[in-house]
Amino acid sequence: MSQLHTVSKSPFERTNLQSCLKLATPGSAILLYEDAVIGAMQGTSMADAVAAAAKTFSLHVLGPDLAARGLDAAKVVPGVKVVDYAGFVDLAAEASAVQAWC
Amino acid sequence: MAYTANGKTIEADEEGYLVNINEWNEELAGEIAKAEQINMSPEHWEVVNFLREYYNEYQIAPAIRVLTKAITKRLGAEKGSNKYLYELFPYGPAKQACKIAGLPKPTGCV
Amino acid sequence: MEEEMEAGVVKKFMYVNRKQPYGTVYALEVLEMVLISAAFDQDVHLVFTDDGVLQLKKNMATEGIGMKNFSKTYRALEGYDIEKLYVDQESLDERGLTEDDLLVDVQVVSRAEMAKLMDQMDVVLSA
Repeated sequence: MSQLHTVSKSPFERTNLQSCLKLATPGSAILLYEDAVIGAMQGTSMADAVAAAAKTFSLHVLGPDLAARGLDAAKVVPGVKVVDYAGFVDLAAEASAVQAWC
Repeated sequence: MAYTANGKTIEADEEGYLVNINEWNEELAGEIAKAEQINMSPEHWEVVNFLREYYNEYQIAPAIRVLTKAITKRLGAEKGSNKYLYELFPYGPAKQACKIAGLPKPTGCV
Repeated sequence: MEEEMEAGVVKKFMYVNRKQPYGTVYALEVLEMVLISAAFDQDVHLVFTDDGVLQLKKNMATEGIGMKNFSKTYRALEGYDIEKLYVDQESLDERGLTEDDLLVDVQVVSRAEMAKLMDQMDVVLSA
């Protein structure tokens, strides 16, 4: 069993996501929510790093937070899975521990 | 405070503005108008409906000078004048008409 | 009230928006401040830079997070005579956005041009 890492702050404003990607163990689950969801989108200056991370980690993004920001769930970086709140709960339940990056 | 319309109790804040805009209906508007001592005429409804459309489009209640400008554009200068609107809503068109329209209190002064 | 007010000096005001719309309350608070300050007839400039450009993103659907979608209110600014909106190209690029993604007309400038513009202001508020 591995940990779930949650990131809620924008990678363009803080470095929580960047630190998480450096310190999470390969195979861990990572969930981006709230302002962090912009980090899951194609075409950003973070996209290459996130695409690479998607090969190492099980990357997720919270759909309702994408929708709220007008960000198209069909345009997330390949390998990133869009989940709803129930999916968030499942990820937390499956994890050995939850680490919230804040 | 609260209003009663169609046998239902609708919650409002201490100044009489609806807590939940989605609970608004025409009958309730009539009740709010009564509490404001306003007899709703077609002219009153015109302003109230205009405000509801404005809110639906922009998600805010307009400041009075924005309201007069917008009404002037749509219904002409006479109806967009402060005088005309104050005659309809003596205690302030933005405040009273917004209340009857079920909108929150307008942002900004007057 | 307006008659009593002295024909005061018109200052150049700038509100700098640097945060996303829903993660914090800053964007909404600045918007309300801008609407209120419109009554004072100053020369108002609105800047959207860094994550602030996301405040103007089209097609927000906030039902899922239980918050009010206030992005429509940016379209009311024109009626409040606030028409000087600026976005920097670099902030759009970093987030994979283009001018077409924005729900109001803005002037897209370079960061260098925005820096010059900021420098000309009398009052700058950043959030």
